[in-house]
Amino acid sequence: MSTANRETPPPAAGRAGMKKELPEHFKDYRHVWVFIELERGQVHPVSFELLGEGRKLADKLGVELAGVVLGPPGEATWHAVAEAFAYGADLAYIIEDPLLAHYRNEPFTRAMTDLLNTYKPEILLLGATILGRDLAGSTATTLLTGLTADCTELDVDADGSLAATRPTFGGSLLCTIYTINYRPQMATVRPRVMAMPQRVDKPVGRVIQHKLAMAEEEVVTKILGFLPDSQSAKANLAYANVVVAGGLGLGAVENLQLVRNLASAIGAEYGCSRPLVQKGWMPADRQIGQTGKTIRPKLYIAAGISGAIQHRVGVEGADLIVAINTDPNAPIFDFVHLGIVTDAIRFLPALTEAFTRRLSPHNRDKLAS
Amino acid sequence: MHIVICIKQVPDSAQIRVHPVTNTIMRQGVPTIINPYDLFALEEALRLRDAHGGEVTVLTMGPPMAEDALRKALTYGADRAVLLTDRYFAGSDTLATSFALSQAITKVGETFGTPDIVFTGKQTIDGDTAQVGPGIAKRLDLLQLTYVAKIASIDLDVREITVERRSEGGMQMLKSRLPCLITMLEGTNEIRRGSLDDALRAARSQIVKWSAADAGIEDLAKCGLRGSPTVVKRVFAPTARAEKAAQIDTTDKTLRDLADELIAAILTRQPALEHELPFDGAA
Repeated sequence: MSTANRETPPPAAGRAGMKKELPEHFKDYRHVWVFIELERGQVHPVSFELLGEGRKLADKLGVELAGVVLGPPGEATWHAVAEAFAYGADLAYIIEDPLLAHYRNEPFTRAMTDLLNTYKPEILLLGATILGRDLAGSTATTLLTGLTADCTELDVDADGSLAATRPTFGGSLLCTIYTINYRPQMATVRPRVMAMPQRVDKPVGRVIQHKLAMAEEEVVTKILGFLPDSQSAKANLAYANVVVAGGLGLGAVENLQLVRNLASAIGAEYGCSRPLVQKGWMPADRQIGQTGKTIRPKLYIAAGISGAIQHRVGVEGADLIVAINTDPNAPIFDFVHLGIVTDAIRFLPALTEAFTRRLSPHNRDKLAS
Repeated sequence: MHIVICIKQVPDSAQIRVHPVTNTIMRQGVPTIINPYDLFALEEALRLRDAHGGEVTVLTMGPPMAEDALRKALTYGADRAVLLTDRYFAGSDTLATSFALSQAITKVGETFGTPDIVFTGKQTIDGDTAQVGPGIAKRLDLLQLTYVAKIASIDLDVREITVERRSEGGMQMLKSRLPCLITMLEGTNEIRRGSLDDALRAARSQIVKWSAADAGIEDLAKCGLRGSPTVVKRVFAPTARAEKAAQIDTTDKTLRDLADELIAAILTRQPALEHELPFDGAA
């Protein structure tokens, strides 16, 4: 049983006792950090979205913004550092070590906790990805600090505390959460919840290199191999510019073909609402909403989706939302930009045909191939 | 082998209603279920027990009524159930929850045999954090294998386990050691229907009920609201969008005309889509 030693616990900070009494040993924690998620040579774009958000927090606090890069020795790791600068980091903490070549919980948790204990940031943001959640949970528990998952809004209040807002109960309510007496204040944010900041060319920044105090013999878990997902079957909903989705209003599993047809006619990604995944009509990686993917396309077309609150949470970042539904009172019409009260089963083929008529012959061939 | 699986009784989220004035969750009459993700972990635990022999202990922390969820888990075929319930746990965040559960797992180990594997679902549908599993692993110093899609093999003699773990863009094949903590991904196995024998046994079973003291928890400052570094300061309803959707009038129009009208309306509002959609620009 490993529990780190702590000084006397702070006074109870219940809803009644919101008084902030940061213990002395946390008072020198300063600056905002963003974990730059690097996996198999690629930086996950959520890292850049978080740098945009971290920049705002750092500016409000009058502190610096740092990126944390953990990776194997070599070019990909340094490229991730350069990208962190391009998206707004003032400095980067980097640990290059062969143990960090592929994600494993043990060396990554050791690397992260060691950096945090050494350099003491007040805020650490990570993407709420598979990797980010695995690392954040271990790290926060090791440091016995607070961690707020899936935040949709981040701000700092007058006394400099991080105010992390997240949906609860499937998005029916929002709650704002503070980590009053512990540091760092940690939060995860799902991909596409925050906007992508402007990239700046030829960036500069300071680099602080750190060593990982761990040997391969100490790491129990070994990677035997990696099976990439087949590219053809893989949904890239989160970063698609145009998304078409179907819901229960389509009535039958075969009508999902109408959604797929429209998507392929306009080069869009397709998805669905939660009940369709529960029925087994579509795989889970195509689910859009609070428990599925958050999307942020330029255009989102929802066909036969009623618009439960948990679906709304996942699509509100879209620039333009179009809803097709037979029920004029469906909740989806409360948060979309354009609505048509009609039967999606009949309308989708007409819409597909109308789009196809407008496509240039060149693009028609390209999409057909 | 001995497997401990942590489950949670959650409100059936499809039926959550929020009080329009107080913004509180109206739990009155809301049905509860076993967190759906936990059922995949339970199924995996039962399969391993059936293949390797041994016992499955189900553990939950919650109010006294969480006993229903445990009894349900027994009908699937779990061997015993432990309810950790105490007013000291009220208001626990994920760190305090992982503390209480890890202490209870230690006590389960002392009482019924040290667990080889601790299972959890990948997350709950009410909290949705996926933080408690990793928290338990860290506190018990167990190896952590999250988002496991498949347990490929277990060798109890050399205490080795190999799993397929979901990661960005593919599956990792990992080799690790027992004891470990596994959070299970959904949908890998069909969930069994418990047998009649299991149902009868479940109805007769005594559920082990532990208070904080029974579970050997001495440091109550680490439990509940006091042991939670995060504090919920404000709860509020999402604001409605100011403008209602612009409705396209469907009266006396052919589907073809409607479709053209919708495309025109889309391009009026988002001219940039002209370049996003593969148009030639000529309408």
